[in-house]
Amino acid sequence: MENTTAPATLVTADGTPLKASLQRALRQRRRQAFMLVLPLLVFIFVLFIMPIATMLTRSVDNPEVNSILPRTVIALQSWDETTGELPSEEVFKTIAAEFVAGSQPGKKVINKVGKRLNYELPGMSSLFRTSTRKIRRMKTGPYREKMINIKIVGKRWADVATWRLLKREGDPVTASYFLSAMDMRVDSKGEIKSKPVDNQIYKFLFVRTFLMSIGITFMTILLGYPIAYLLATLPMRHAALLMILVLLPFWTSLLVRTSAWMVLLGNEGVINDLLVWAGFLGDKSRLALINNRTGTFVAMTHILLPFMILPLYSVMKTIPPSYMRAARSMGATQLRAHIKVYFPLTLTGIGAGTLLVFILAIGYYITPELVGGQSGVFISNQIAGKFDSGNWGLASALGAILFVFVLLLYAVYDKIIGIDKMKLG
Amino acid sequence: MALPAHVEPLERAWFYTYRFICGLILFFLIAPILIIIPLSFNAGFYLSFSKEMLSLDPAGFSIQWYQDFYNDQKWIDGVKNSFFIAIFAAVISTTLGTIAALGLSRPEMPYRKLIMALLISPMIVPLIVSALGMYFFLVKIGLASTYTGIIVSHAVLGTPFVVITVTATLSGFDQSLIRAGLNLGATPSKVFFKIIMPLILPGVISGALFAFITSFDEVVVINFVGTTVQQTIPQVMFRGLRENISPTILAVATILVGISVALLVTMELLRRRSERLRGMSPT
Amino acid sequence: MKKLFTKGTALAALAVAGTLGAGVTAASAETTLTVVSWGGAYTASQQGAYHAPYMAANKGIKIVNDDSASGALAKLRAQVEAKNVTWDLVDMVASDAITACDDGLVEQINPDKDLAAAPDGTPASKDFFAGTLNPGGSNCFIPQIVYSTTFGYRTDKVKVAPTSVCDVFDLKKIPGKRALEKKPINNIEWALLCSGVPKDKLYEVMSTKEGIDKAFAKLDTIKSEVVWWTKGAQTPQLLSDGEVVIGSTYNGRLFAAIEEKKQPIAMLWDYQVFDLDGWVVPKGGKNTAEVMKYLKFATDTQRLADQAKFISYGPARYSSGPLVGKHGKLGIDMKPHMPTNAKNAKTQLLFNYEWWADNRASLDERFNAWLAK
Repeated sequence: MENTTAPATLVTADGTPLKASLQRALRQRRRQAFMLVLPLLVFIFVLFIMPIATMLTRSVDNPEVNSILPRTVIALQSWDETTGELPSEEVFKTIAAEFVAGSQPGKKVINKVGKRLNYELPGMSSLFRTSTRKIRRMKTGPYREKMINIKIVGKRWADVATWRLLKREGDPVTASYFLSAMDMRVDSKGEIKSKPVDNQIYKFLFVRTFLMSIGITFMTILLGYPIAYLLATLPMRHAALLMILVLLPFWTSLLVRTSAWMVLLGNEGVINDLLVWAGFLGDKSRLALINNRTGTFVAMTHILLPFMILPLYSVMKTIPPSYMRAARSMGATQLRAHIKVYFPLTLTGIGAGTLLVFILAIGYYITPELVGGQSGVFISNQIAGKFDSGNWGLASALGAILFVFVLLLYAVYDKIIGIDKMKLG
Repeated sequence: MALPAHVEPLERAWFYTYRFICGLILFFLIAPILIIIPLSFNAGFYLSFSKEMLSLDPAGFSIQWYQDFYNDQKWIDGVKNSFFIAIFAAVISTTLGTIAALGLSRPEMPYRKLIMALLISPMIVPLIVSALGMYFFLVKIGLASTYTGIIVSHAVLGTPFVVITVTATLSGFDQSLIRAGLNLGATPSKVFFKIIMPLILPGVISGALFAFITSFDEVVVINFVGTTVQQTIPQVMFRGLRENISPTILAVATILVGISVALLVTMELLRRRSERLRGMSPT
Repeated sequence: MKKLFTKGTALAALAVAGTLGAGVTAASAETTLTVVSWGGAYTASQQGAYHAPYMAANKGIKIVNDDSASGALAKLRAQVEAKNVTWDLVDMVASDAITACDDGLVEQINPDKDLAAAPDGTPASKDFFAGTLNPGGSNCFIPQIVYSTTFGYRTDKVKVAPTSVCDVFDLKKIPGKRALEKKPINNIEWALLCSGVPKDKLYEVMSTKEGIDKAFAKLDTIKSEVVWWTKGAQTPQLLSDGEVVIGSTYNGRLFAAIEEKKQPIAMLWDYQVFDLDGWVVPKGGKNTAEVMKYLKFATDTQRLADQAKFISYGPARYSSGPLVGKHGKLGIDMKPHMPTNAKNAKTQLLFNYEWWADNRASLDERFNAWLAK
């Protein structure tokens, strides 16, 4: 007993300092917690996050010219595109050789270059296709003269713009797809310009997607707020019954709800029939409610409304009714009490609902595709279209812009509401 | 929010106006879903009410569109595929999501917010972006156009719902119960099945139902990842709707509404059970 | 983790799919060929004319139809890029086949070696319609049919029957909605023809900005009355429902509406646009040798003629023409319903693959912008 020196720190039974022991226990518990999450994290990472990241790199990936015409790309480095003169015979000779190499039977790749460049400059596709046949027959030079004189398409080889394009797209990374996604392009002089007004579409579609999503979100607040308030203030038994009217649409298939609106809004649909039958409309002057933005607006408002009501309701339910009673007893009118006392307390709910509905809305694809016609389609529909038409670079660039925008909103959501506070139903 | 006995006429008028507006909004919510039910029993090839239907003449009604559905191989295959894919996707989502939620709700979980943000992201990322990304990846590993590929991609989309619902049920969970159980000599698996599981079960089941319906209803990702061999009900509907809307689609829609009602009832019963277990007042 | 996981689910999936019988084939000596086509009546015609007789004669072969032909080019590209090709044979329109060939996604074809000669011994390269085996200079495409995009109109809803494609642009003569394809292709050509551009100057004019402006100006005059379609089945449906009075679509779809469903619709063949539809063999497919055997059979003279029993598209071989007989169910002579029939083909255009390959991307963009605004 006498020998024991008083310990400077507390120790556990086995003699390790308590602090270290606690820390080790904490580390262990942290590791345990993390190990539980790990399987799902790996699952999501491998099947979702990595694939999306890889897909998005396609928006800047530019392998065609660089890998199929590598020597031409090197030869063009010493060519000064600002002089307005054509590259030397040497460059023509190099590209002619690469045309031959790239069009061997069974290994024909040269037309990929033509197709890639055609996105930037219409006409490149036929230039490459036709030139391949002619160049394969050229046994000797001068290649410059012979290529320029190829019938119909040869004049493009005599155009400096063609060579500028080749030089520019020789880079394995390109900004062309992003420029195109913002309705811009590099013109023949190498300057970044807006596309001709007639060809501008993506900016317009992004703006439309955002504006319509804002409109739809606003509409869901307008319609959702009174319902959430009613549900939160009614006696539980009645509220549970009405809640079913909100939850049933929530649990009903998107396709079912969309087809319901197709039935309702069609030219020969229920609403038009009803209006004609009631005499509000002549049979010839039926309203165009579908295949336009009205269709998208109405159907999406309906589909997204529960996503507004549910978070609003869960916030309103936590507001004690005594607050309103207190305000009323101090002489405030019902309306004033609501605006001054109740409404500010629901702001988190409105924020949560607004962000959720808006995030979901700007990514919508199915409903606009089916009821949107021309004036009611969203940017997602265009992305799908670009995938189908084979321009994956542009599809990825458009997808990346949409994706970044959603991520920003997601970050805002996290900042204001907190992702861990997200609730369903 | 009952109307007090003595109120000014203006307030009384507002009260009824408000109730009326609420009635209209609720009508807007529910009417489109209910309207397809009678229309699916239409005797003619109409998508609106015929004169016979409005006068309740039996000649105006028939079940031919249900027979049409039943006799069409593509719909029947669709039903099989839908259930097959959704059940497996939900099992995977639920297993992985529940285990992860157990970790996430521990107070010592490191990087909790960041990890949560990653795990919820499949719910937030626009479907077209998810579809393209997963499609290119599944093609690369040889799982595109296979059931496995579709199931795992749907499982990804379903996990956020499981994570959210299970962490919500665990939010009021007293972690010291686990330690108490362990201290009293129970094995970890016994603690899981005797203490944790009964408490989170309602959350797990509702998460599973969410995951199920997410897959069952999904059409964007599967349009890319699958082929017509694995075609599900919503896909057949989508392809049909792009060409022309037929009464058969309404018959199918009516059946799907029936499924939704069943799910809704299950959810409601679970919620009540959960609240009872956690000592909240019954609703 | 991932590997284990996918394996596990694959096994589980297999087990349940087996019990459900939902399309997973067990390993056996049978070779399964996955053939991608358009679905509906078209796949049915191929099933009847090609697949069924081939499977009857070759017991070890099972042909599975996959109706993913719309969008097949993009998906085929993804499969080839990933070196994981699951399709054995794909049905494509010629313009997509040219792109697939350019991009090295499909096998090149040697007609005289790979395809059957005509019964009289004419080699395949001479028996298929001139130029159809190598549209746009490609050599991967085996045409099956010539189809046309043309107009049908409601006989009971027009006061005067349209006689010229330009009546589509005449709101006074034919009032009411009209259906056009949601693509610039064909619409631009028709608009210019009806703005007074002669047929042989068409693509010259279209290569200038003024020419395209002119075409859009013409389309502007009917824009408010157009319903745009994306699937061939839409126009017959729109016509039957009375939603439009006239509309363009594939001639086979109109035949089905007129002769099989007895709708009050008639054909307007004026300036129908011919196009080709046929096979391509994906590069890196797992059963290429079997597919080539099948192809030799399925594209011979008799088989192509047989297809016309089921659907009103013209076989792409000279020698098949005289063998076209009666419709399988209706018993009517199919010859007058072929787009290539001299009476129907008095005025026609041939899809200009070269020009559209160059200008499709930029015109699609302009067309979409024009539609959206």
